Amino acid sequence: MAQTLTEFDTIAAISTPIGEGGISIVRMSGDAAVEIANRVFKGGNLLKVSSHTIHYGHIIDPENNQVIDEVMVSVMLAPKTFTREDIVEINCHGGIVVTNRILQLLLKSGARMAEPGEFTKRAFVNGRIDLTQAESVMDIVRAKTDRARQVAEKQLEGGLLKKIRAMRQQILDTLANVEVNIDYPEYDADTITAEQITKVSKAVIEKIDEMLKTATEGTILRNGLATAIIGQPNVGKSSLLNYLTKSDTAIVTDVAGTTRDTLEEYISVKGVPLKLIDTAGIRATDNKVEKIGVERSKQALAQADLVLLLFDASRKLSLEDRALIKATNHKKRIAVLNKTDLGQRISVEEIKKLTGSKVIATSILREKNLDLLEQAINELFFSGIENSNDQIMVTNQRQVGLLEKAKKQLQDVIAALDSEVPLDIAQIDFTGAWNTLGEITGESSPDELINELFSQFCLGK
Amino acid sequence: MIKSYDSNDYDVIVVGAGHAGCEAALASAKMGEKTLLLTISLDMVAFMPCNPSVGGPAKGTVVREIDALGGQMGKSIDATYIQMRMLNTGKGPAVQALRAQADKWKYHEHMKNVIENTPNLTLRQATVDELIVENGICKGLITNTGARYYAKSVVLTTGTSARGRIYIGELNYSSGPNNTIPAIKLSENLEKLGFKLRRFKTGTPPRVNSNTIDYSKTEEEPGDKTPRHFSFESRDEDYLKEQVSCWMTYTNQATHEIINDNLSRSPMFSGQIKGVGPRYCPSIETKIVRFADKPRHQIFLEPEGKDTKEVYVGDFSTSMPEEIQLKMLHSVAGLEHAEMMRPGYAIEYDVVDPWQLKHTLETKIIKNLFTAGQMNGTSGYEEAAGQGLIAGINAALRAAGKPGFTLGRDKAYIGVLIDDLVTKGTEEPYRLLTSRAEYRLILRNDNADLRLTDYGYELGLISQQRYDQFLTKKEQIKKATNVLQNITIHPEKKVQKYLTQIGEGQMTAGIRADLFLRRPRVKIVDIEQLSGVSISNDRYVKEQIEINVKYAGYIQKEQQQIDRLHRQEAKKIPTKIDYEAIEGLATEARQKFEKIRPETIAQAERISGVNPADIAILSVYVQNGHYAKVKR
Repeated sequence: MAQTLTEFDTIAAISTPIGEGGISIVRMSGDAAVEIANRVFKGGNLLKVSSHTIHYGHIIDPENNQVIDEVMVSVMLAPKTFTREDIVEINCHGGIVVTNRILQLLLKSGARMAEPGEFTKRAFVNGRIDLTQAESVMDIVRAKTDRARQVAEKQLEGGLLKKIRAMRQQILDTLANVEVNIDYPEYDADTITAEQITKVSKAVIEKIDEMLKTATEGTILRNGLATAIIGQPNVGKSSLLNYLTKSDTAIVTDVAGTTRDTLEEYISVKGVPLKLIDTAGIRATDNKVEKIGVERSKQALAQADLVLLLFDASRKLSLEDRALIKATNHKKRIAVLNKTDLGQRISVEEIKKLTGSKVIATSILREKNLDLLEQAINELFFSGIENSNDQIMVTNQRQVGLLEKAKKQLQDVIAALDSEVPLDIAQIDFTGAWNTLGEITGESSPDELINELFSQFCLGK
Repeated sequence: MIKSYDSNDYDVIVVGAGHAGCEAALASAKMGEKTLLLTISLDMVAFMPCNPSVGGPAKGTVVREIDALGGQMGKSIDATYIQMRMLNTGKGPAVQALRAQADKWKYHEHMKNVIENTPNLTLRQATVDELIVENGICKGLITNTGARYYAKSVVLTTGTSARGRIYIGELNYSSGPNNTIPAIKLSENLEKLGFKLRRFKTGTPPRVNSNTIDYSKTEEEPGDKTPRHFSFESRDEDYLKEQVSCWMTYTNQATHEIINDNLSRSPMFSGQIKGVGPRYCPSIETKIVRFADKPRHQIFLEPEGKDTKEVYVGDFSTSMPEEIQLKMLHSVAGLEHAEMMRPGYAIEYDVVDPWQLKHTLETKIIKNLFTAGQMNGTSGYEEAAGQGLIAGINAALRAAGKPGFTLGRDKAYIGVLIDDLVTKGTEEPYRLLTSRAEYRLILRNDNADLRLTDYGYELGLISQQRYDQFLTKKEQIKKATNVLQNITIHPEKKVQKYLTQIGEGQMTAGIRADLFLRRPRVKIVDIEQLSGVSISNDRYVKEQIEINVKYAGYIQKEQQQIDRLHRQEAKKIPTKIDYEAIEGLATEARQKFEKIRPETIAQAERISGVNPADIAILSVYVQNGHYAKVKR
């Protein structure tokens, strides 16, 4: 069913660019926004505050009362808001990990991950934005939904699709049997029991848990796209790093489970979260004689989802350059031909031929064509690089949210059957879980069930 | 060439007097419109050419809905059933379903009698050849006897008569159901007018003489003792005490061999039949081929009436040659010596692809022309009657110059049925199933009156007396709910004992009775007994309260989904929208929108093969009847 984008439930998203600025804002819009925020907020009852007020407090995980962050929460009630719905904004300052965690808590508590452009779309749909502005909104919705769809499709090519399909099929088999018992009560199809549905529900919950584990603990989800800047000594790695991080604004965070000395730098390139690998190594060795260029790069390479491979355009291609090309052949990469202002002794075509990758000719020092590089990173990101480790991406907290929802629905099924609610009523949530999983893959369709019914069972009138 | 003549003028003309046509004509006449009902044969009014039964899951609820709206089917079956059963009693309230075995002839006679005695309604035998259409507006029709009738609106319910063709083995001939005259010219006329027709197929099993069945080899299926009715007007004291049983037997290996050996003689498999048959009602030969590993299939022996010996061999629909049908029958336990009275047959017929209709069942290309029933691609008497009622209501409203009447998916199974047809079309004869309804806990058998009586009354189809009774019931439910909420159940000895008896846990503190009722095994009658307070004398009132209290959480969940549906339904799509002008729509979505022309965003969402991005683009483009300006 084509529901995801048009459903007027409560949506949430991080509304500040990831990794930029000291304060991040998580925004929610919808009927339940205040209620959901209140569930994870300690410091007053948000349900009782007046509109357009801001409140100091803490975000806590209601499951274990653990404090996540110190925050300021703005409550703005409909209709005088951007979307003309109730809006809650949580201003937090814990950096990307904590911000993500807060978002996840909201998703767990009943909000849905906003689709790209959805806040703007709601503003339009609710009449907040004038019709004459529609054209630009159309562009946003079109561009972003297409891109979101693209990302989703790419991800789904991986194991995720298979896993979710298998779960849905497992539910569907049972569901079809339940339906047959209802619509054809006199037929000699096996009667499905509460125990069978409970068993299937438990089995699917187990699988969801496995996936959620990879989702919440996955390095990509937490940390962004692991990116290695690779190249010969003095090729401009440090300059590129400095450009990308813009040094003073870069957020440095220590990641749980790692030691202080492997600080990673998180940056955002056109909204794409990157985790730069071994920046310390780059800084330490640059402008010095690098003894271990290739060696050190290899280590960084092992963890990388994306490689930015630098060449010095003013020098001929060396054996070491060729070795690096070879070493990065199996990676997603962008070739950066630096120092083009110093005379080009390597051509773009040559590198292109050797690497088969996108080649950007730049001068990092003069900041020439760096926007093209950023564009290339952005494109690569949205065209499936995130698949490299078969992980669920940070963009897909939507998926995490849906998995959590499906899990909750299945838990409700088990609880209901446990207290002897009739099968066909407990089945409401069972069907719900099946639909929710279908939303992840975009495959949910009521006809599916009907078709299953007739293919599995011999029915007659 | 037949010389034509001008006959009378009417407000509404209904063509066909099957289950759809009868409801359409009665509704129109009761709404005060001068109505003409034409049928190819007066002996076929409300005839059941297939199984002698009414109701069942989803279908039974439709009959209750028809009754709540002021239709006739429930009353006629309540007057003529020979067995009544509630199905799915072991399951939740949402899926309990009433089904009656009908006395086929009595049902026909009863309905015909009601029609004959309804003011404003003329019943006449005639075959319609042609519609009178001027400038895309239907003005009337011409019969094969040359009569020219003019009307403000016309309802077509041709059933399986339109270019019908019967198949029995190698034999096939042009025929309507049950060997009646088919309607040939009307189909040609519809095609000429621009309608897309397609061929569907259905079938019926042989009938055997009851005296020649050895019932000792079969299992009995008796009717219920607890009184139940389809119509909300029927009374418990009229419930039939002496009911007729049905009987069950099975096919076996020998039956399957006979069928397999003669598959080439079945027109289903020889390729003679091109029409699409229903998956849910396959012929016995189809079942045996598709489910080859099943050692046996059920057969239900259903009497066709009290005053006949004809027995319907349910689930044994076939188009095999007569010779083979006899062999097949005689291989079944209990039917070894059965005398076949009529052979089974398959029938192919024309249907109007239903996406050519609006939710009012008016056709999109010809104004004031409505179609209903099996000709819209459905199967089943109840599905036909439900559509007939809606088409008849709308034809009458149109004749009176009033706006149309439609039911949403959250209001009635009839709404689900019609929305499915006009939004998705159908690739096979469509049967209503409970699984087609998203909100089946709300669309229950027991609350059809609460859902729909108001509409029936407003339309003028429900009498004042009945409406007053309905209001009283509603008031009683309110009062009794109050009474229940004011009872407190204390953890006294008798209560704890009762809880132990029914297998529920003990209670520790006093609790409001409505919360106590939420315990799965607690019944409202037990609360009356434990508290000594009478909650209500009406078992239907108690039933409503019990369901509302016990399943409150689930009902609320469905209600939330319905609220969302309403928001999407409020977003109307302008009728003159140009889908070519919307940039960014996927080609498939564009084509489907163009073909179906959804009326609301909610409907657009339900079209299969349309993805969320397309809906997003469409809903941004269209805002409450306005377009956004977009550059091409």
